[in-house]
Amino acid sequence: MQKNAVFPGRFESLEKISVFVKAAASAAGLDEYATYAVELAVDEACSNIIEHAYGAEDRGEIECDCIVLSDGLKIILRDTGAPFDPDAVPDMDPSVPLEDRDPGGAGVFLMHKVMDSVEYRFTLKGNILTMVKHK
Amino acid sequence: MEITTTEYNRCDVVKMTGRVDTYSAPKLQEVMDGLIEAKRHNIVFDMADVDFLSSKGLWVLTETQKKCKKQNQGKLVLAHTNEKIRGSFDLVGMGGYFEIYDDVTSAVGSF
Repeated sequence: MQKNAVFPGRFESLEKISVFVKAAASAAGLDEYATYAVELAVDEACSNIIEHAYGAEDRGEIECDCIVLSDGLKIILRDTGAPFDPDAVPDMDPSVPLEDRDPGGAGVFLMHKVMDSVEYRFTLKGNILTMVKHK
Repeated sequence: MEITTTEYNRCDVVKMTGRVDTYSAPKLQEVMDGLIEAKRHNIVFDMADVDFLSSKGLWVLTETQKKCKKQNQGKLVLAHTNEKIRGSFDLVGMGGYFEIYDDVTSAVGSF
C-alpha cells in the first residue's frame, strides 16, 4: 500500500501531516511506540523543511509518501526548497549541560535516534528525505 | 490546542491540550514568559492532555526551567507526562532536568 499527500509548507500543516502518517503507521501494523517515533521524526523533518529548506512559511509545499513494507513503514518527504542536509547539522551531545546547548540540533538528533534509517538526497527538483521504521 | 493557567498560593498550573510542535510551542513560550515576567517562578506544567511534544516543545520547557531556576527563584515541574514523551526527554539527556509527578496534586504539593 502506498499513500501520497501534499501539504502547504506552513507550521499549521504539521498536525495534518501527523494525522496522515499515523494512519499509515497503523496500516503498517506499527505499535504505539513505533507510531509515536514516526510522528516525531516526520514532525522534526517537516519543521526543518519549512525553517531551513524554504527559510520561512508559505514558500512551497511538502509532499509525503507513505509506503507500507512487509516489516514496517517507509516515508518519503519531498520539498522544492534550498538544499538542506539534516546530517550537516552538528550532532547534539546529550552529555553537554542543557545550559550550554544550541537549540538547533535536538530535532535531527531525535530523528536519527527514533528511526531505523534516515537518508537524504538533493536532486534538481529539491530535497528528498527517506526514513524507515521497522515493526 | 488550548492553554489555560490556574493560580494557586504557591505556584501556577499551566495546562495544555493537544500537540506541542513548532506551530504551538511559541504560544506555550508566551504563557510561560508571562508568568515569569509577573515574577511567578513556581510553575507546574500539566501534560495530561498533551499527546505529542517535539524538540521545539522540549526547548520551551528547558528555557522556562532555566528562567525559573535563575538565582534560585523557583522551578518548573511536570505532571502527567506520558511514557512516549518521557522517552524523548531521556533520549536528549533531559530526563533529570525536571521533577516529574504522576498527578497535579503531587506536583502542586512539591512547592
